[in-house]
Amino acid sequence: MAATPIPLEVRNIKKRFGDTEVLKGLSLKAKKGDVITLIGASGSGKSTFLRCMNLLEQPDEGDLVVHGEDIRFKMTKHGREPADWKQVVDMRAKLSMVFQSFNLWAHMTLLENIIEAPIHVLGKSKQDAIAHARELLERVGLAERADYYPAQMSGGQQQRGAIARALAMDPEVMLFDEPTSALDPELVGDVLKVMRDLAKEGRTMIVVTHEMAFARDVSTEVIYLHQGQVEEAGPPDEVLGNPKSERLKQFLAPKH
Amino acid sequence: MIDLHGYGPRLFEGAMITIQLGVLSLILSVILGLLTASAKMSRSWLLHRIGTLYTTIIRGVPDLVLMMLLFFGGQIGINQVTDWLYYQFDIDIFINVNEFVAGVLTIGLIFGAYMGETFRGAFMAVDNGQIEAGRAYGMTNWLVFRRIRFPLMMRHALPGLSNNWMVLLKTTALVSVIGLSDMVRVAAEASKATREPFTFMLIVAGIYLLIASVSEWGFARLQKRYDVGFGESN
Repeated sequence: MAATPIPLEVRNIKKRFGDTEVLKGLSLKAKKGDVITLIGASGSGKSTFLRCMNLLEQPDEGDLVVHGEDIRFKMTKHGREPADWKQVVDMRAKLSMVFQSFNLWAHMTLLENIIEAPIHVLGKSKQDAIAHARELLERVGLAERADYYPAQMSGGQQQRGAIARALAMDPEVMLFDEPTSALDPELVGDVLKVMRDLAKEGRTMIVVTHEMAFARDVSTEVIYLHQGQVEEAGPPDEVLGNPKSERLKQFLAPKH
Repeated sequence: MIDLHGYGPRLFEGAMITIQLGVLSLILSVILGLLTASAKMSRSWLLHRIGTLYTTIIRGVPDLVLMMLLFFGGQIGINQVTDWLYYQFDIDIFINVNEFVAGVLTIGLIFGAYMGETFRGAFMAVDNGQIEAGRAYGMTNWLVFRRIRFPLMMRHALPGLSNNWMVLLKTTALVSVIGLSDMVRVAAEASKATREPFTFMLIVAGIYLLIASVSEWGFARLQKRYDVGFGESN
């Protein structure tokens, strides 16, 4: 039997905004079950890098391989763009994203949020989608909130709901863009707990975060970015436990 | 009982014409408005220019002038084309501009420009994160539009849309100048013939008010529907 393809591989991603080069050739390979955390100061390019992986940002250079499939690009007068948007749409359905500001659809109840893409993108039946959604809501501890609108829930509840929405897609890879940064401190724990459980069950995850404890306990790989470049990368014990770069030492030093 | 001197049925027909004219023009103007808003927000330089040109011209010229220009000028333009076809290719066709169609086209065209601005503002008020979430979950542009952008946009567009509709409704009275027997024209004729302008004009005013009140109620219900998920109205 052929080996299953690697869920996500990106090579040599470069991106500039105007005159500033924000990503200077970044690569990453997420094998099945990997939990890769991207850390770095704000402005280091970690969120932009993540957003290049599902093409919410268009990289100026570099390759993107999702589940063994090469995403094709072409040059247009607006710059480099995907050659085949159908391919991008299919690819995105395999990588679900959890946003810093949750971005649950405001005009839909939590349950409607969760079944939306499975029904309209994956073509699931409404019945199956609802059954699956209820299971997921149970898992993230929001079974009682199914018929609430996002505006009626706390940030922590919204973010756990957003994770349920991401899980409903049965994604190959889950992308987390600073999922706890917009939360009140007392709400962070519940969201991190859900994420720890996902890591434990072998989900492939790429997480942009400032939560060092999470990065240390859960990741298989930590990548420290500085000004759009990898400054240091490796297993969490080495990168966080015994950093070599001066910058990373400073970044990890307790702030007061 | 008010004596309508036998003008009752014609007045009723006129009111029907006013309503049909209003509703059809509204539909046309909403379609044109959505297209204009898309053109103005598009990254294509040409589309952007066309959209801007359209709204600038329409909003800068009085409705009555536009209506006469399109109705009479349109007929002359069509005649010239058909004449040319006749002389060049011996094709003999005659197209007469129907007043009702001309009225719908003109009013739709005028209000399409105003709707375009209303929709553009409303689209820009939608939080980009909502759209990104749709894209990130593998939705096509059309699906994102249908399921996310449009319903979220409508919440912001409805107050302006309802205002435009009220103005549009009253603008339909202008079609009497191109010979369409809407209720204003019928009432004017009746007033002249019977020398009782108050009777007929008050009736017309009452009917306009009635339509406006029913519309306001309808728009309030729509607003409630699109406000779902946003605060108090749940």
